[in-house]
Amino acid sequence: MATTIVQPGNTPPAVTLPVNGKPHHTSGWWGMILLICTEAALFAFLLFSYFYLDAQNTLWPPPGPPDINLAMINTIILVLSSVPARLGTTAIRRGAREMLSLSIVVTMSLGLAFLIIEAIEWSTKSFTPQTDAYGSLFFTITGFHYAHVVVGMLMLLVILLRNWAGHFSARRHLAVENVMLYWHFVGVVWLFVFTTLYVTPHWWR
Amino acid sequence: MNSNESRARGHARWERLRGSVRAGTHRASLAGGVLLAAACAEAPSTLRPASAPAHRLFVLQWWLIGIALAVMLIIGVLLLVPLRHRIRTVADAPLEEGGSTRPIAIGVVISALILIAVFIYSAVVLAADAKPDTPPKLAVKVIGHRWWWEVQYLNADSSDVHENVIGANEIHIPVGEPVRILGMSADVIHSFWVPQLQGKIDLIPGQTNVFWIRADTAGRYRGQCAEYCGLQHAHMIFWVVAQSRADFDAWLAHARAPAAAPKTPIETEGQQAFLASSCVLCHTVRGTRAGGTLGPDLTHVGSRLTIGAGTLTNTPGNLAGWIENAQSIKPGVDMPRLDLPPATLRQILAYLESLN
Amino acid sequence: MATATIETRLHRLWETPHSVYGFFASTDHKSVGKRYLVTAFVFLLAGGVEAMVMRAQLIKPANHFLSPEAYNQLFTMHGMTMIFWYASPILSGISNYFFPLWIGARDFAFPRMNMFSYWTFLMSGIVLYTGYIAGVAPDRGWFNYTPLADPLYSPGLNEKFYCIALLLLTVSTTVGAINFIVTAFKLRAPGMSIGRMPLALYGTLTASFANIFALPSLSASLAFLYLEHQFGLHFFDVAGGGRPLLWQHLFWIFAHPWVYVIVLPALSFVSMIVPTFSRRPIIGYTWNALGVVATGVLGFGVWVHHMFATGLPPMAMSFFMAGSMAVVLPSAISIFVWLVTIWHGRPVMSASMLFVLGFIFLFVIGGVDGVFTGSIPADWQVTDSYFVVSHIHYVLIGINVFPILAAFYYWLPKITGRMMSERLGKWNFWIMFIGMNIAFFPMHNLGLLGMPRRIYTYQAGLGWTATNVVISIGAYIFAFGTLLFVLNFFWSLIDGPIAGPNPWDSASLEWATPSPPPPYNFAVIPTVRSRDPLWEERLGMGKRSDVFEGPVISDEEKVTMGTTPLDGLLQQVVRFPEDSVYPFLTALAITAICYGLILGLWGLALGGALFTFFFVTGWLWYAPAPVEL
Ligand code: HEA
Ligand code: HEA
Ligand code: HEC
Ligand code: CUA
Ligand SMILES: [Cu+2]
Repeated sequence: MATTIVQPGNTPPAVTLPVNGKPHHTSGWWGMILLICTEAALFAFLLFSYFYLDAQNTLWPPPGPPDINLAMINTIILVLSSVPARLGTTAIRRGAREMLSLSIVVTMSLGLAFLIIEAIEWSTKSFTPQTDAYGSLFFTITGFHYAHVVVGMLMLLVILLRNWAGHFSARRHLAVENVMLYWHFVGVVWLFVFTTLYVTPHWWR
Repeated sequence: MNSNESRARGHARWERLRGSVRAGTHRASLAGGVLLAAACAEAPSTLRPASAPAHRLFVLQWWLIGIALAVMLIIGVLLLVPLRHRIRTVADAPLEEGGSTRPIAIGVVISALILIAVFIYSAVVLAADAKPDTPPKLAVKVIGHRWWWEVQYLNADSSDVHENVIGANEIHIPVGEPVRILGMSADVIHSFWVPQLQGKIDLIPGQTNVFWIRADTAGRYRGQCAEYCGLQHAHMIFWVVAQSRADFDAWLAHARAPAAAPKTPIETEGQQAFLASSCVLCHTVRGTRAGGTLGPDLTHVGSRLTIGAGTLTNTPGNLAGWIENAQSIKPGVDMPRLDLPPATLRQILAYLESLN
Repeated sequence: MATATIETRLHRLWETPHSVYGFFASTDHKSVGKRYLVTAFVFLLAGGVEAMVMRAQLIKPANHFLSPEAYNQLFTMHGMTMIFWYASPILSGISNYFFPLWIGARDFAFPRMNMFSYWTFLMSGIVLYTGYIAGVAPDRGWFNYTPLADPLYSPGLNEKFYCIALLLLTVSTTVGAINFIVTAFKLRAPGMSIGRMPLALYGTLTASFANIFALPSLSASLAFLYLEHQFGLHFFDVAGGGRPLLWQHLFWIFAHPWVYVIVLPALSFVSMIVPTFSRRPIIGYTWNALGVVATGVLGFGVWVHHMFATGLPPMAMSFFMAGSMAVVLPSAISIFVWLVTIWHGRPVMSASMLFVLGFIFLFVIGGVDGVFTGSIPADWQVTDSYFVVSHIHYVLIGINVFPILAAFYYWLPKITGRMMSERLGKWNFWIMFIGMNIAFFPMHNLGLLGMPRRIYTYQAGLGWTATNVVISIGAYIFAFGTLLFVLNFFWSLIDGPIAGPNPWDSASLEWATPSPPPPYNFAVIPTVRSRDPLWEERLGMGKRSDVFEGPVISDEEKVTMGTTPLDGLLQQVVRFPEDSVYPFLTALAITAICYGLILGLWGLALGGALFTFFFVTGWLWYAPAPVEL
């Protein structure tokens, strides 16, 4: 289908415009950026709450600074998972669908590892969400992040299925760009969560 | 309890109190009662300040009201004047063009100057209010409960509870002296507000808000909780009674004393009935074994101006009604309906009335 | 050009079938807009009826008409209904209907999300009111302070309804905000650079950005509170190491920007109406645009003025006092822009313009009240008193209801195709204006006389009684005025004169379409080269824009023009999705989650979540286009 440009009088000379155009020009991409902005704000407010109660309580964190090891491993895993995600994006820009599938699978495996390790870490805690405000915030913040990783995984799953269904091509793969962008965001947010929950207690006490 | 009847009795009581003052009686415990009569018809208005700090706020208020009215008037006029040129329908005149944005700039600059002035003036008042001219010699701890006020008198340095001086819903202060208030809450957020003496300050669980009040003329000042605190937020009232230093000292000495021992037989029966009933679970009467802390201290309840945190004037009828069924007077209140047999009620009533 | 055939073909392409399926699947922004308007107006009436009942209780001292429980639920539901389910959605309604028309597009960037946004809005209101019907409505005031709202002091489902209904509304509003922003930045007609946008866009855009950054604060605090109630976590209770003031910070960080969210779009609607009825282009376009944006930005720096009595350090509070003074200046700009425009024009006293003039006056009253409360020491006296109740009604009714009515008198002919009665409109205005001032001006006095807000009754002999009587009478007069509007509306539907495309001889693009506009809005996407495309020839500039002739893009596929964000240069053709029931189904599934969370029915919540996933996947499952460019 061609785009008809009827052109009487003083309109610009007839041009043929791309449909939807480059990913970064599309509405969908803008939408994702804004979604990420509002999600980032959400995490900012969660961390604000943490610092607020930190400042208001004399003993914080009450059980002492948390053990950093597992979280550190997790950080590395999540940061690493951005690499295949990125590779997947560049692959589909070239039209390499198999490569995209492979990248998604690798990214999802790393994501799964993150989820499992995080669950293990939770189970090692001496406190529960009900113990006190620190416990509540710790589990709520990491829980919110956990939920974001899960959603990211579901999104990856959907683009994996769509890729198998042959939806994507070098020209049309906005969903891939968006999902990968979201995945990077989930990783970046973790860096802030990690710094706040695991690093600052060691710095300040 | 028939409300007309109780009102009539209450009125009789005021008359009695007023008469006793005319007769020169200086019972400290009654001093407040006089003021009750004098003040009841008066609004707790910010426009009738009775202290230097409230007066400062009052002047600030009038300036702000003046500015507000001036701005309203000017904008109102500016809005009406161009209507001289009005036309009937959109088709009646050609489109206009041109026009300068200069008036916008002028308007904004003038507004900015006014706002800066408001800021500076407010900051000055804020600073002036930070601490009293002379350091307070008296400190009172006010603890908000749903829906009444616990009042404890402390030493000047706030160090300790003045032995045994715990009251409720009534704060006596010496006139002309600043009094430090330590505001706290036992449950949810309340707000301490005596419009004629000072602005609001919230009583927040987990923190102590320290501020001070002062009254420059003797009198009774109505205060009311100003932060929504649930069902009976509407009936969480208290009175500040400002009296001369001598009267105040007398009052304080009296307040410190344990409860009066019962004198008449019915009072004695009343005491026994009271101590045998569930009242003691919630109420303290110093000098007896009633030591509950869920409700107000009743040691001197007979001399209080009001019952139920300002809900009713303290008349025997009202008190009887309250004890019989506080729920019907202040629905949702933490004092249950007790269904006392009428005889017991009369006895307890007599006893409480005797607790001056 | 063979317009007739093109138009019929476009019509066939864009039209939604009139069927049950069509009702749930339609993505036409105009039907979404109409639904928003009707629903939000019903919420206004509901909140208004609640207020009427409250005023009956307060008309005399020591009244036993309502129990304290009933009163507390009423004022909370009144505040929530008005602020969340009326004030913001009604603006979204107008923006939804007109956004694409203002910018010369055929629909929103995300038409399906638009529909989704409406359905979740409706569902959240239904969730809230099921709580009311079940007798467990929220009753802790619209800002729901902890610890009063903590589980210890508010057992029962009331708080869960508060949290979950609002969370659902947050979803709706966020989605809507994203949609407005992307649409404004991507779909403007070619040539409509940022400096040529109709002023109406600035308000909605600023509000949308404010939503993006402020709403998460509300979501976080709601999530905290819900977790406290459902799972016994601790955020706000001192015993568990929490702090009551954390709630206040989070809530007001959200809520002050929010009060601008619910007025900035209204202000910018006024900026569309004033030029039309002053018969001239606006003076100070740039001032006005920047002022609106500045209000949005500064609005993030004043939240502590709601907490002046909480005992924060004076230095810290002074900063926010300065902020509260600074935030006045952009409002002053708007006021002066309108004044200057009216001065240099020929005002037409239509009903719409009357509402605008009334609004300006009420805005000033409400605004200077805000300055009063913005001064820390003055606020100590008036905070939580009826003075503040007066402020909020002057700003909310003055800057939201009045501009909305102005907008209705102005734009309803475009929506319905029929004029409203001007005569009845003027009666409508005067009765509302007078009733408003009788009802709400004396509240200032009541506050100064020491009457706290949120009390279900008051004692006699305090000097409050007479004033309360006057207020109640004013409130009923005002309500009667509102009723006149409803009558006028229905009259216009039945018997109103046909409006024609441009009854007010206005300058902006929506008036270039027939009334009501066809499903595709514009057959020809206009090319815009000035701020007042329909007035050009009569202003010195001469004809520049091409509004009625020009390229017709595709009558075979639902598309519109995509342009660059700032300069409005042609960039791409944007394809729209087909109608779909997935948005509706997704909203239903999410509502199921909500009821599951409130009632603790985890099966329901989980089922809802699963279905949400399936429906979203279905929604986003686009097969590749047959031909690619
Ligand atoms: C519609 C929304 C809206 C708007 C636009 C505003 C506008 C403003 N508000 Fe208001 N406000 C609310 C809605 C709104 N408010 C609500 C709902 C509450 C109560 C919440 C609750 O407790 O329930 C509240 C409460 C509130 C408080 C807390 C009161 C308290 O609880 O103690 C304060 C304190 O500073 C405040 C300040 C302001 C200020 C400074 C403005 C300014 O933006 C006003 C600026 C406008 C003008 C001033 C008029 C035009 C200017 C001129 C004509 C120039 C000349 C003027 C001068 C030189 C003064 N508001
Ligand atoms: C947009 C916002 C908005 C609007 C329009 C209104 C409108 C009104 N409000 Fe409200 N109000 C608030 C927002 C609003 N309010 C908020 C946020 C609070 C604070 C809540 C809190 O403290 O938590 C508040 C609190 C509040 C109080 C204080 C309660 C208290 O503190 O105890 C009072 C008291 O008088 C009041 C009164 C009124 C009245 C009389 C109207 C009138 O203008 C209403 C006019 C009536 C109508 C518009 C409806 C007309 C309907 C009909 C004629 C019937 C037709 C019916 C059918 C067809 C079915 N409001
Ligand atoms: C479960 C607790 C409880 C019990 C039992 C109880 N009270 Fe109370 N009482 C309260 C509370 C709480 C208040 C404060 C209510 C308010 O004003 O909001 C109160 C207030 C009062 C007051 C008014 C005090 C004042 O200064 O306003 C009196 C008098 C009183 N109670 C007497 C009694 C008597 C007599 C009994 C027993 C027959 C009794 N109470 C039993 C809890 C209790
Ligand atoms: Cu205590 Cu309101
Ligand atoms: Cu504010």
